[in-house]
Amino acid sequence: MLPKHLQEKIDGYAKKYKISDKNVIEITKRVEEANEYGIIAPGEAIGIVTAECFGERATQMTLNTFHFSGVAEMNITVGLPRLIEIFDARKNPSTPQMEIPLRPKFSKNIDMVRIVAMKIKETLLGEIIQEITINIAKSNIMVILDKKKLKDLDLKPKFVFDKIVAGLKTCDVKEVDGGILIKPKDKEINLSEVYKLKEKAKSIHIGGLKGITYVLPVKNDEGIYIVHCVGSNLKDALELEEADTENIRTNNIFETSTVLGIEAARAAILQESLHVIRGQGIDLNIRHIMLLADVMTRTGIVKGVTRTGISGEKESVIARASFETPIKHIINATLIGERDPLNSVIENVVINQPVPLGTGLPKLVAKKEAMESGKPKK
Amino acid sequence: MTDVFLNENFIGTVDNAKEFIKQIRSERRKGVLNYELNFYWDEDYNEVYLDITRGRTRRPLIVVENGKSKLTDNYIEEAKNGTLKWDKLVKEGVIEYIDAAEEENCYVALDEKDLTKEHTHLEISPVVILGLCTSLIPYSNFGSSSRLIRGSKIQKQSLGLYASNYLLRMDTDVNVLHYPQKPITKTFMHDIYGWEKHPSGQNVVIALMSFEGYNMEDALIVSKASVDRGFARSTYFKPFNAEELRYQGGLVDEVCIPDKEVKGYRSEKDYRLLEEDGVVYTGAKVKGDDVVIGRVSPPRFLGEFEEFNIATNVKRESSIALSHKDNGIVDMSLITESEEGNRLVQMRLRQQRIPEVGDKFASRHGQKGVISYLVPLADMPFTVSGIVPDVLFNPHGIPSRMTISHLIEIIAGKVGSLTGKYIDGTSFDVMPEKELRKMLKELGFRESGLETMYNGISGQQFKAKIYIGDMYYLKLKYMVAGKLHSRATGKIQLLTRQPIEGRSQGGGLRIGEMEKDCFVAHGASLLLKERFDSDKTNVFVCENCGMLGIYDNFKHNEYCTKCGANVKISVVEMSYAFKLLLDELKSLGVYPKLELGRKY
Repeated sequence: MLPKHLQEKIDGYAKKYKISDKNVIEITKRVEEANEYGIIAPGEAIGIVTAECFGERATQMTLNTFHFSGVAEMNITVGLPRLIEIFDARKNPSTPQMEIPLRPKFSKNIDMVRIVAMKIKETLLGEIIQEITINIAKSNIMVILDKKKLKDLDLKPKFVFDKIVAGLKTCDVKEVDGGILIKPKDKEINLSEVYKLKEKAKSIHIGGLKGITYVLPVKNDEGIYIVHCVGSNLKDALELEEADTENIRTNNIFETSTVLGIEAARAAILQESLHVIRGQGIDLNIRHIMLLADVMTRTGIVKGVTRTGISGEKESVIARASFETPIKHIINATLIGERDPLNSVIENVVINQPVPLGTGLPKLVAKKEAMESGKPKK
Repeated sequence: MTDVFLNENFIGTVDNAKEFIKQIRSERRKGVLNYELNFYWDEDYNEVYLDITRGRTRRPLIVVENGKSKLTDNYIEEAKNGTLKWDKLVKEGVIEYIDAAEEENCYVALDEKDLTKEHTHLEISPVVILGLCTSLIPYSNFGSSSRLIRGSKIQKQSLGLYASNYLLRMDTDVNVLHYPQKPITKTFMHDIYGWEKHPSGQNVVIALMSFEGYNMEDALIVSKASVDRGFARSTYFKPFNAEELRYQGGLVDEVCIPDKEVKGYRSEKDYRLLEEDGVVYTGAKVKGDDVVIGRVSPPRFLGEFEEFNIATNVKRESSIALSHKDNGIVDMSLITESEEGNRLVQMRLRQQRIPEVGDKFASRHGQKGVISYLVPLADMPFTVSGIVPDVLFNPHGIPSRMTISHLIEIIAGKVGSLTGKYIDGTSFDVMPEKELRKMLKELGFRESGLETMYNGISGQQFKAKIYIGDMYYLKLKYMVAGKLHSRATGKIQLLTRQPIEGRSQGGGLRIGEMEKDCFVAHGASLLLKERFDSDKTNVFVCENCGMLGIYDNFKHNEYCTKCGANVKISVVEMSYAFKLLLDELKSLGVYPKLELGRKY
């Protein structure tokens, strides 16, 4: 029996090229044979084969960072460090990064794209001000906004004012001629606290997506504008009306899993590791990565291949003890009287018994009475 | 106001840093201040650092004042006469030593022609940027730097005449090359260094071509005829010594042919090569396990087994024997005194090492490889003029490594051997390659260095022209004779009962973590078990308590120390290392209970 999609493909080709029924039968037979040949045999050590495939190829990886020419802020961890990051399931990638493709409606020309890109980039108060000064005598802060920058970002002074009011709840914020005056509600306030307040004021979020520190619009081969972002904020990006939300890509797997769920995280692991491997010009069968992604996400949470992740959840005490922190595992096993079923690789190597894989898998079946009498019947 | 630091410590300030620097510089040049002092003015931070600590690398430069080198013609004349001393140049402020920090304040000209008023120093010669070992590589300015580093390292491993009195010395693990030669392509360093007094290599005819696929992956093909004529033969010396140690109670070791009564007596055959004094005779052919110095020692513990022995002073055998795999000829033996004043007998073993498949060779350009095939002369390719190369080098070794110096040396060597002259290949300062090619043309060869060659096996002319010439080749100290190792059974460790490590003791070859994974990945789990069977044991397991039982060899029954004899006890095969793990767990107070399944 062939899988449905293969059968459909054969039928499709038969129709398209008008193949005779006799030939279709022959083709189906051949495809069945090839398909059967590709099925993994019972007892095949797929996990170790996966590990070896990754391990062997990883020795050939050279480049560790990828740079966009001329943009110092945009460098992306690739190569072995990135692979380790993915498979360890780190919460935050060392270089978080997001690609937001724009809808054609909002990206007719480069100027439109620039405006959208500036909307995506996180804007802090410190970036749109002309001047920020502390009046030592009155213990207040004067903020003068940069009108040109406000215009560039399509922001109204009133909007900024409201944001400041929301951001600084402990202060009285007043609009005076030419600027905004921030005065702490506390009367007795010393100078260093005013200074701290000034720094806090400068980092008030005004607009854009939180965490996006740099944007770079790039036109791809298909003529679609993509905004490359330093930093990642998938949740807010999905709410952008300008973005082609179905095709947003982030390299933060943990974020993907919290926003879109575990299946998306699995796909993200697959996509991210493929991206690294293909980027190095290495050919690795996708099924290896699929296996790894499945194992990492099977519990519903993304778990890394570490002693706190999937390697620490092995059934066998001996297998866990032989990986990392043996004393911890042996003590814990002793306390609860753990039982080792000896049904995997390492524990059987340790006690020198056949590993239940490959030639070690088949067992002899004998009749019970024959076994007990000690004389096997012919 | 500029802060001034001496040896990283703040010592004060100066008003005009420029003047200050100028002043101390002139005082250092006059010799008022120590010439080891270096200083550095950081204009950005407005700080002056003076440094006279140790551990700074400094290099000599010629001082330039007003665009003129201080090394005047007078000095050069003096140098030519041989009366000039280096110290004089330093003392008179002609040459200055500059450290890494002071270099920041300097403007150094590479050539005297380039000097302008702004320059402060002049490089003595561009070749001084290379060290001793790298200077020994000809045409190194045509090679890539990584290969030069490798080339420098390789020269340290090459065999040669390491000391001219080697026959009188008792050095451990040394090799001497037979018929070492001076390189045809040499550098200035070969002359300065006295290379001809202790050369380490030979000039060979080398052709860049493949041969029957035998020189893949850096392998070398060497003509058997060249080897038979003595190419790259070497001698290996290994010393053995036995000291007559003194023990408490006036007891002393004795070098002699051990008596048969001695404890641990080997066999008469093992002592057959010893002369009366207990030392092997010079020129003896010795093989594995032969005793080379006979010795007996007093018993280790006095009173040991005294009650059983009638003879009170049974001595212990402590002869020096060859290790199992060694063989060779006794080169020399001598009797001397050790530092403590004890009698010391020394013996030196000699082995002739003829190049064989697996021996390592290298050119001076970081191009190393091992011999893969010794081709009979009849099968070697030859040129129109009948020249048969000694070495065939794979051309694939060139493009990715970019060792152009290797190629130029071949041409230079060819010109040198044809004209009978040594060619100077000093970096930056050489006879241009064009000149070499011109000379080659005048000698009646193609200026490209290519020649028509014939296949030695079929006699047919090769379609391609072959790049052939002479170059200096080094035999490296890594030879198969010192690496060859295999083991079926042998010594095991006492604790784990696993094979011991190391070639010298006949140890096992480890199947490591990754090799294990390979077996598992192939599904060969029964083979894997067999490979790890080296420490397998049969243990008796009590099925009642899951601990190990005991087999009584006298009563021929098994029992459990806890549950007695009336429980089922089964024999289980496991690795000794696991049994050890169980024992160690027990010693920690952990109860590892074994639950047995059924075998069938």
